[in-house]
Amino acid sequence: MTPHQKPSLAVLRRLWPYVRPVHGRLLGSGVAALAAMLAGLGIPVLIQHLVDGPVAHRDRAGLVVLSLGVLALGMVEAGLIYLRRALVARPSTDVEKRMRAQLYHHLQRLPVAFHDRWPSGQLLSRAVSDLTTIRRFVAFSGIFLVVNVTTVLVGLVVLVVIAPTLGMLPVIMAMPLVVLCRRYERRYESAARRAQDQVGDLATRVEEATLGIRVLKSFGHGPRATRTFLAQARELRHTELTKVAVLAALWAVIIVLPELTLAAMLAIGCYAVVAGSMSLGTVVAAITILTYLRWPLDSLGWLLAETGKATAATTRYCEVLDTIPAVGDPPQPQALARPMRGALRLEAVRFRYPGAASEVLRSVDLDVQPGETVALVGATGCGKTTLTALIPRLADVTGGRILLDGVDVRDLALADLRTAVATGFEDPVLFSASVRENVALAVPDASDDEVRRALAVAHAEQFVDALPWGLDTRIGEQGLTLSGGQRQRLALARAVIGKPAVLVLDDPLSALDVHTEAEVEAALRTVLRGVTALVVAHRPSTVQLADRVALLAGGRITAVGTHAELLVQVPEYRRLLSAVDDAVVAR
Amino acid sequence: MTEDWRGVAAEDLDAIDTAIGLRLAARSRRLLGSLLRPQLRGVCVAIVLLIADQLALLAGPLLIAAAIDRGIPATLAGHPATLAWCIAGYAVAGASDALIVRAFLRLSGRMGADVLIDLRERVFAQIQRLSLAFHERYTSGRVISRLTSDLDSLQELLDEGLDGLFSILSIISIGTMLMVLDIRLGLVALAGFIPLGLLTRWYRRRSQHTYRRTRRWIAQVIVQFVETMNGIRAVQAFRREPRNASIMARLNDSFADAETEANWLIARFTSTVRVVASVSIAVTLLLGGLRVLEGTLTLGVLTAFVLYLRRFYDPLDELAMFANSYASAAAALEKISGLLEERPTVGDPVAPVPLPVPVRGEVVFDQVRFSYGGGREVLPQLDLVIPAGQTVALVGATGAGKSTVAKLLARFYDPVAGAVRLDGVDLRSVADADLRRAVVMVTQESFLFSGSVADNIALGCGCSSGQSASRSEVVAAARAVGADEFITALPDGYDTDVRKRGARLSAGQRQLVSFARALLADPAVLVLDEATSSLDIPSEQAVQAALTTVLAGRTALIIAHRLSTVLIADRVLVLADGAVVEDGPPTHLIAGTGPFATLHSTYRATLLA
Repeated sequence: MTPHQKPSLAVLRRLWPYVRPVHGRLLGSGVAALAAMLAGLGIPVLIQHLVDGPVAHRDRAGLVVLSLGVLALGMVEAGLIYLRRALVARPSTDVEKRMRAQLYHHLQRLPVAFHDRWPSGQLLSRAVSDLTTIRRFVAFSGIFLVVNVTTVLVGLVVLVVIAPTLGMLPVIMAMPLVVLCRRYERRYESAARRAQDQVGDLATRVEEATLGIRVLKSFGHGPRATRTFLAQARELRHTELTKVAVLAALWAVIIVLPELTLAAMLAIGCYAVVAGSMSLGTVVAAITILTYLRWPLDSLGWLLAETGKATAATTRYCEVLDTIPAVGDPPQPQALARPMRGALRLEAVRFRYPGAASEVLRSVDLDVQPGETVALVGATGCGKTTLTALIPRLADVTGGRILLDGVDVRDLALADLRTAVATGFEDPVLFSASVRENVALAVPDASDDEVRRALAVAHAEQFVDALPWGLDTRIGEQGLTLSGGQRQRLALARAVIGKPAVLVLDDPLSALDVHTEAEVEAALRTVLRGVTALVVAHRPSTVQLADRVALLAGGRITAVGTHAELLVQVPEYRRLLSAVDDAVVAR
Repeated sequence: MTEDWRGVAAEDLDAIDTAIGLRLAARSRRLLGSLLRPQLRGVCVAIVLLIADQLALLAGPLLIAAAIDRGIPATLAGHPATLAWCIAGYAVAGASDALIVRAFLRLSGRMGADVLIDLRERVFAQIQRLSLAFHERYTSGRVISRLTSDLDSLQELLDEGLDGLFSILSIISIGTMLMVLDIRLGLVALAGFIPLGLLTRWYRRRSQHTYRRTRRWIAQVIVQFVETMNGIRAVQAFRREPRNASIMARLNDSFADAETEANWLIARFTSTVRVVASVSIAVTLLLGGLRVLEGTLTLGVLTAFVLYLRRFYDPLDELAMFANSYASAAAALEKISGLLEERPTVGDPVAPVPLPVPVRGEVVFDQVRFSYGGGREVLPQLDLVIPAGQTVALVGATGAGKSTVAKLLARFYDPVAGAVRLDGVDLRSVADADLRRAVVMVTQESFLFSGSVADNIALGCGCSSGQSASRSEVVAAARAVGADEFITALPDGYDTDVRKRGARLSAGQRQLVSFARALLADPAVLVLDEATSSLDIPSEQAVQAALTTVLAGRTALIIAHRLSTVLIADRVLVLADGAVVEDGPPTHLIAGTGPFATLHSTYRATLLA
């Protein structure tokens, strides 16, 4: 169905690096499975002997011995079953664990642009349900696929040796069987792929519905959201039914072809016996062998389906893993001179979002002297936030360069760069962890004193102390139990705790109310002393923290100067900042 | 294991299953029962199919035997018809087997899918019903794990479920057959079920505990994963990756350990089942053989016994696997049923009182007291009357209770005592759909859903069931708040995908979209909670200009930290510690000497500096 479907084997080979450390145990498990199957086949044979021999011949001692033989064989089988499972108990979960850790590690390195593009449910479904599928394949279906195919092949060889004429029939039957199996397996795999994608979409829908619960509730949108979700779930159901239909057809083929072959063997064999060209014993032996192959053959339907699922899961997993982080450490990172001066320089910086038609930033030049605070002003959506993201390399410039103490930020190790540059986001991004953990994000081993100092700077100490468990209070998801002003103050504390050389603050005072704005402003003023800072501002009050102001318009810095200068000289700036709501005030 | 990094305030992770295990198991069974009940007919058909399949399977060997024992001699004697019939019969049996299996798989697959979609809908609808207070402590990661990995466990059970049923049928029928053949030997064979019963009980207990752990840890893994991906900007900017990786490693380890333990348990369980079966077969053989030797049992009966015996114990392996899937699914169902059992603290009324049509919009807070989760009282006693059509601005320091007042009016919470009334009707008596049409709240977060800009605005459409807003209505709403300009400049205009959480738009643009959404909703009462924080001055002015026209004839409650927004109000309320300390028209208050006048002069100073 999908035109570029790669062969399953080529896809599954990608699992090898994770399977390699445990491949010995997997092999052992396979051998145990095979041996258990043989032992299982041996038991009826032994029972037959027992009935035909000792019981028929009234041999009491023989009866006891053979009964013990049956017991022993049963014990061996049980032991082998234990071995088969025990050998993979740890390795299979290890494979899953390693793959998940690797995916998580990789996702943390992939740039923000990747995350904006990929629905989070798709990432999550890869990290959870796809890996569960792969674990099951490694622990179970993969092993049995190999074991059962081997058994069938060995059985066929034995058959051909014992009865060459009759043995040819299953060999002939095998050809359409293989062709049909392959066809169905591919169809199953593409349906499995679709189903797993839909599972991811559903997860995305669920995540949005919980994170956006306030909006949904306040518009009474819940019932409609449920309907949309249900419609999507129905699509998944439809795909699941397609999967089932393909599997059912595959299974029917896998049953009917051997059965018809057996019927043909029976016919040819019996008529050959009648004609005197074959012994009855040969016919019985051939049929018996084919009956023994029944379970390994039958189970192929299910095993192929599992393989299809595992292939789809591996493809999905690898899609993410094969995405090369566009922003990464340079091959030979340069070191920053210590102590840092904190000179920030933007040279002809350009930026275009992937897939966008036009550039957001077209040649931005800006010099921020060590210790200086520059405010960045511009209309809503003009690219201020984009610009701030380029400095800590949350995205890379698409033209020009950004220099930190004269070194291109792309030549620095990411860890060094992001230690030197701290960012305060407009949307504070809090985690459902303690206040301490949230503030000390960049310095996990920070002492209480350091955390408190940072909180004090952000004027957050007072409200944090008023929380039920102080620093240990767990902030709800996204921190939505706090007010906007409280969240922004925590974000500020977080930005200053690592004592960065450069601070990039995106509208740090937007959500502070009039009561606290003045306080935090005062605090910020002390923070900004001695630190190089680029501060995005919408408000005159924020702009006043800056030594100079840069106006961003049309993707360029069109004016630089002090607030007072720009107010007088630049009409655009006046429109943006001094349009002091006189009209309203006068009302 | 303590979750120190999540703070001591972290809720007990087993909070939803602190009740006795038995009660939990009963609850999961009830849920499973209610899910399976609609499938009863299907299950009956499936059983019929299984029996038919069993007959087709039994016919095969008999036909082969007939072909050899009777067909060949008959053909030799010149009557080829018997052999031909036997062979044809075998082919037909084989083909029917295949067709029956196909029908069975399709049927059981459809039933499984139906059960899953039923449960998905129930859980999702429940999530929408549950109050904010619940969501604030439960976290989205856990909701997601309920609806994803927990459902996967159930799916596994459903995939295997009917096989398990078949195993039980098979064991019962063969057991009966054994008893009929020879009661004494039959009892010996059945004696094996005593240790098997004990074994199963042991396994159930142990695996339940283990699977509960797997469910809990995978939920933690999901929570960590979801939070990392949602906060990736902060994660990368603050070099949180190594710490995250170590947290994830610990959770992932714990999950893998629990899974491994479950694997060990299955290994022990299935192999011990085999041991019991082997002992039972050997003992039966020995005793049966001895009795044949004594002459108290015929050889034919022993042969039949032995043939049946093996088939008697074969389904036990499947049954063991079924027990395993059941244990895993039961742990998942425990969590899901717990979620379903939660009752919204803010629930729909049993007997809703209709609001007058049209809604006038008079709001009354009558002796309202409120505290979050029994903590400090945020509102000790609030009395407030907002006449229909009035625009009220709430002003006050952080923690004064502004947002609480807004949330009570939007009925995100219910007051602890007293009542909030809209046009004289207690909000608790208003049907949710009616309330949401009448009162709309725009919050500070301006959450956007993936989809187009138009979709996001149209979400506000107050029109009833399913019907969505026309493009012209969407555009009109966007124009009214001054968002039209930037939207049309986007690559696909109103059809532009806003990407995850609106990542394509700036914070200010997202707020404008939220505003347009609220305008489109056209409510009688509009509540704005810090809804303009990210706007620049020109945008904010556009919004204010829009508000002055939009708010005409509407009741509005505005929380704004900017006095410019406050000044468009008809009336200002200054809150302190949950009480109104100043109340009056803004111009009037400015002229006075109260807290608002002080605030206003500070504000003028920052603007004009």
